[in-house]
Amino acid sequence: MADLKTNLAGIKSPNPFWLASAPPTNSGYQIMKAFDAGWGGAVWKTLGVPVVNVSSRYGSLNYRNTRMMGFSNIELITDRPLRDNLREIEEVKKRFPNHAVIASLMVETKEEWHQIMRDVTNAGADGVELNFGCPHGMCERGMGSAVGQEPKVLKTIVSWVKEVATIPVIVKLTPNISDITRPAVAAVEGGGDAISLINTIQSIIGVDIDNFVPYPVVDGKSTNGGYCGPVVKPIAMNMLKNCAQHPQVKIPISGIGGIENWRDAVEFILLGATSVQVCTAVMHYGFGIIREMIAGLEQYMDEKGFRTLDDFRGKALQNILHWEDLNLKYKVVASINEDKCIGCQLCYTACEDGAHQAIGLSDDVLNRKPHIIEENCVGCNLCSVVCPVEGCITMERRDSGNESLTWKNRTLAGTVPKTFDDELAGGLHHWVPEPADALTKKKPRHYGAVAAD
Amino acid sequence: MGEFKKPESEKEFSENFAQIKPLMSDTGAYYESSRCLFCYDAPCVNACPTGIDIPLFIRQINSKNEIGAAKTIYDSNYFGYACGKVCPTEVLCEGACVYNNTDVKAIEIGRLQTFATSKAISQNKKIYSPAKPNGKKVAVIGGGPAGISCACELRLHGFDVDIFEAKEKPSGLTVHGVAPYKITNEEVLDEINYLEKQFQFKIYYNKNILVKEDISNLEKNYDAIFIGIGLGKTADLKIKGEDLENVFGAVEFVEKLRMNHHNTTIPEKVIVLGGGNTAMDAASECSRMGAQVILAYRRSKEEMPAYDFEYELAKSVGAKGIFSVSPVEIVGENGKLTGVKLKSTIDGNEFVESCDWVIKATGQSKQVELLNLIGNISLDEKGKIIVDRNFQTSNKKYFAAGDAVSGGEEVVNAVANGKKAADGISEMLFKK
Repeated sequence: MADLKTNLAGIKSPNPFWLASAPPTNSGYQIMKAFDAGWGGAVWKTLGVPVVNVSSRYGSLNYRNTRMMGFSNIELITDRPLRDNLREIEEVKKRFPNHAVIASLMVETKEEWHQIMRDVTNAGADGVELNFGCPHGMCERGMGSAVGQEPKVLKTIVSWVKEVATIPVIVKLTPNISDITRPAVAAVEGGGDAISLINTIQSIIGVDIDNFVPYPVVDGKSTNGGYCGPVVKPIAMNMLKNCAQHPQVKIPISGIGGIENWRDAVEFILLGATSVQVCTAVMHYGFGIIREMIAGLEQYMDEKGFRTLDDFRGKALQNILHWEDLNLKYKVVASINEDKCIGCQLCYTACEDGAHQAIGLSDDVLNRKPHIIEENCVGCNLCSVVCPVEGCITMERRDSGNESLTWKNRTLAGTVPKTFDDELAGGLHHWVPEPADALTKKKPRHYGAVAAD
Repeated sequence: MGEFKKPESEKEFSENFAQIKPLMSDTGAYYESSRCLFCYDAPCVNACPTGIDIPLFIRQINSKNEIGAAKTIYDSNYFGYACGKVCPTEVLCEGACVYNNTDVKAIEIGRLQTFATSKAISQNKKIYSPAKPNGKKVAVIGGGPAGISCACELRLHGFDVDIFEAKEKPSGLTVHGVAPYKITNEEVLDEINYLEKQFQFKIYYNKNILVKEDISNLEKNYDAIFIGIGLGKTADLKIKGEDLENVFGAVEFVEKLRMNHHNTTIPEKVIVLGGGNTAMDAASECSRMGAQVILAYRRSKEEMPAYDFEYELAKSVGAKGIFSVSPVEIVGENGKLTGVKLKSTIDGNEFVESCDWVIKATGQSKQVELLNLIGNISLDEKGKIIVDRNFQTSNKKYFAAGDAVSGGEEVVNAVANGKKAADGISEMLFKK
């Protein structure tokens, strides 16, 4: 039976699912309710000098009928007095001693950092998370992402905190930076016990095109927000990988960014995360999603024979290489399963207009099933990702599997193209249609006339 | 299922005749439009007689450009709203949806189409303006789907157009002949008003062309004449007892019902003769009016020309089918209808099925008198007008489309061909 117990730099929780520091962790009420539902830990809504918030704080990026693919907020850190939060931390810990309660912190001076560290430690917090990520509102006051973007400042503040810390210190990083590993290394150098990433990404979530103002609208005006939700997951995972693979970042990582089901969590763990933090999905569906997450993770581990999370943590990292180390001899081509094909021809138009003109249509208008022109297929996967039918287009391997030749090998051997018209150009012998063929290509009758010249 | 109480009020009538394709809400349309795959060379477009760019208008709905969607629809089909509701979408666009090739429900194209066009109609959005007058005048005989579609297209290109309609309402069978659970009178008339306001054609109602003088006047005053007169009364079966009271034609019954709603009288038991879509409509309607209904068809169920879903619909509201029986006599006692003598087309046995009413849905006659009056218009052996690919008749001044040419098709076919006839007229009058 899978054991989900998690230990991140000494912070223990019954499972790796933590609530991220955000509106769902604004109060002891919410956190108790979450623990009762099955969440393993919670990072308290960032404590500091309480703020004043605006009304109208969130905006959503919807894709077709999917709400909140992306989500943006302009809410700041806690607007509640520290004493209330401390009292509630104590109460939660008393009731849930085995769950992880982590206090997120954001203050300015060394004295404030020392004071608040002592306060939350006394209240019983299992650890702290330093909020160096918030990209809106607080950064303009020299906090949040303003710190995360300056590795030297970040390192200094971490070291201040560590001067007094008796509980583990997690450093939360901002993705609003070109190289995430620089602040990660600074966190290590400052003495941080763990890092967490990513915080939200600076964003304009959308614009009201009737009133010419972005969302969320505050009395006819707006400001940039912090972007999160399912759409940021790929960005988060890349940054997680960059940190997890970095030789100087040997401290554990709490993964954050678009996680909403067990699969997302597994992916983060395979990329090196020790715990995962969730916010948007809870803001969308409530704490109840934890049932699916735990059940799915257990099922996955049992099926794969993983007893603990350590058994598969970081297992995908070894398979992430630099581009120059990928095998240029590997060759796949698309294959359409005619029995499954429903004839939408999305693969055709995608390949025709967006790729390599490697899919053809039948001359028989009643036969809507496209076919692969294998000699033109570069194995890009586009058709298989646009196909709406499960398992209809698959990529079939065509090379022998015995040969390997990388760009690096070729560079060393001197067999890479070097001049603009080099005979070694990868696409030199790849068929492309004549430009003017575009104007005589058969097209659907309702697509309208060719533009007049 | 299928037990309806006779409606005593307009409210009860509209309950019994609840719209089978009700108007979608904004939410419903948004979700439904989200499902469209935007197929390449989409089969739904190719299945539409008017060739509406369906994936485009669905995408426009999804990006909240409903008026743009309405324009896409109207550019191909001037009866966009009506067709969304009355088209047999199950065998046209929706029947062609690629989702039918897997176990996903086809997109509700008809309802999305009425959703988009309803926005344009209810907001009275002006999409079209007639071109500058081109100096040519066209008369349209018959203000049905073919005639109005032809008129809209002609006005768009600057023709002066007068429509002569025999009845007091426009749109032909759309308002007089379609089953009330498919579209309401108000819906039909709202769309026609919307078109009339934009295209500014003139309709003269209760204007029946009956005598040679009318025709001479038309020919004198107009450069071309479009015939969209549809079909005539229900044809005679030529069997004994047909002239008894309470023996009706289906089109006449449906028209009476559409105009009088709950005030239409209905007896206890009705026999509907026929196996076409009109028979199914008449049977459904009598059932919803509270009658017990028998559908009698001379061949097998499988051979019925009606669409399967139309038969299923009639069955679902209580109509019962009897197959392979042919009516040999309408039976009466003391001049009063008592039943229909039916003869099995399999073993020749005869029996009398009792009833209070007989509705004949066995085809309509052609309006050959008018056509003969015009003269030089060639008809086929069934009385249908023969036209060329431009919908021009053998009398070169005359063009024709709709049921008078096809012998009886869907509204959408009449709309499609009426528009093509307008192009034909244009080509003839401005031929270089």
